[in-house]
Amino acid sequence: MYKLDFSVILERLPELLWGSLGTLYLAAAGMTLALIIGVAGVVMRQSHFAPARIITKAFVELIRNTPFLVQIFFLFFALPFMGLRLSPTTTAIIALAINGGAYAIEIIRGGVESIHRGQTEAGFALGLSKAQVFRFIILKPALRTIYPALVSQFIMLTLTTSICSSISAMELTFAAQQIDADSFRSIEVYLTITGMYLLISWLVMTMFASIARLSFSYPTK
Amino acid sequence: MSSIGLPQIAFLLEGLKWTVLLTLISFVGGGIFGLLVALARTAEIKALRVITATYIAVFQGTPLLMQLFVVYYGIGLLGVNVDPWLAVSTAYTLHASAFLGEIWRGSIQALPKGQTEAASALGLHYVARMKDVLLPQALKIATPATIGFLVQLLKGTSLASIVGFVELARAGNVISNQIFEPLPVYGLVGLLYFFMCWPLSIFGTRLEMRLASGSR
Repeated sequence: MYKLDFSVILERLPELLWGSLGTLYLAAAGMTLALIIGVAGVVMRQSHFAPARIITKAFVELIRNTPFLVQIFFLFFALPFMGLRLSPTTTAIIALAINGGAYAIEIIRGGVESIHRGQTEAGFALGLSKAQVFRFIILKPALRTIYPALVSQFIMLTLTTSICSSISAMELTFAAQQIDADSFRSIEVYLTITGMYLLISWLVMTMFASIARLSFSYPTK
Repeated sequence: MSSIGLPQIAFLLEGLKWTVLLTLISFVGGGIFGLLVALARTAEIKALRVITATYIAVFQGTPLLMQLFVVYYGIGLLGVNVDPWLAVSTAYTLHASAFLGEIWRGSIQALPKGQTEAASALGLHYVARMKDVLLPQALKIATPATIGFLVQLLKGTSLASIVGFVELARAGNVISNQIFEPLPVYGLVGLLYFFMCWPLSIFGTRLEMRLASGSR
């Protein structure tokens, strides 16, 4: 009978903690860039220039209907081919941003389309500029409407970072794989980091809940 | 030896076959267990609700890759020789049961309370109430989300390649290492996934629009 032995975890806890920081870093960078791609993509998706709309739509469909693992491998080989020699971690962030961005475009678009036309017309009538109308009348209320969907997508992105271990980006799963390879304590290692991931996703969720309380607590009526 | 020829394509299609099979098995298995999860999650017994809520939270709060590793090595502890097939399909079935259970719980609870009350008033007991009144309606509104999850699951099976299971993504790895042409190979693998997932996604969106535009 196999005896569980967690001593190797305690011994190499610093590596795991360092790996968790790597995971948080990948997730934070990926989310930020995904949000930027999301907003930019919606602007393109709504533009009067047909090619911009078509390209954005094709991008969203292509990314949402292929596995992240294949995307990250493709990027991992495509970037050097284009003359860009980046670290695995940077490559991973770009992959996360592209993947998360495609989902963000769809989510944000849903929110923007839910804003009634009368709202923007009223904004223009009050003398706001195009940029002001987009920022205050469309984007902010839209963000509030889609906030729950966006947060669950971001938690998904946080969990997706574990796949970045396949191109040896520095994060929790990669750290765990190295400990597993040295100690052969597979089940102990993976049980522990599964718990750590639970903690991380709880942390991310709590953080977004506090952001919501701070920035969306103005009255609507 | 340096380009994609017929043998390579045949190998990829062989991998694709296992991707489809793994997806189907986990979807059907996950559907059966997911129904039990959804029923337990909406049951009147509090313990059942708490247990299934925890089950769902664990699966939704951890990476699919970790679920695979834990089940893979966990099953390995029980016996000496465990077929990778069994381990991988068990992991995906459990994963799917949690997600489908949560989707279906949502749609059961989205039904108007009057449905349950009317069924009870007509003297229907739990099984008849669920089977003949609530579930048919709940599954109907849950179809778009269920198809959305099927696409997730199909894409997710690519992670089985990391534990060494040869499916489409793994077949792509093998070929790419063999002919040293990673870009065309991963491009082709991506397209194969795309043409499986895209029609499903479109079908899901259409159903969603049809549901949203009436039939109430």
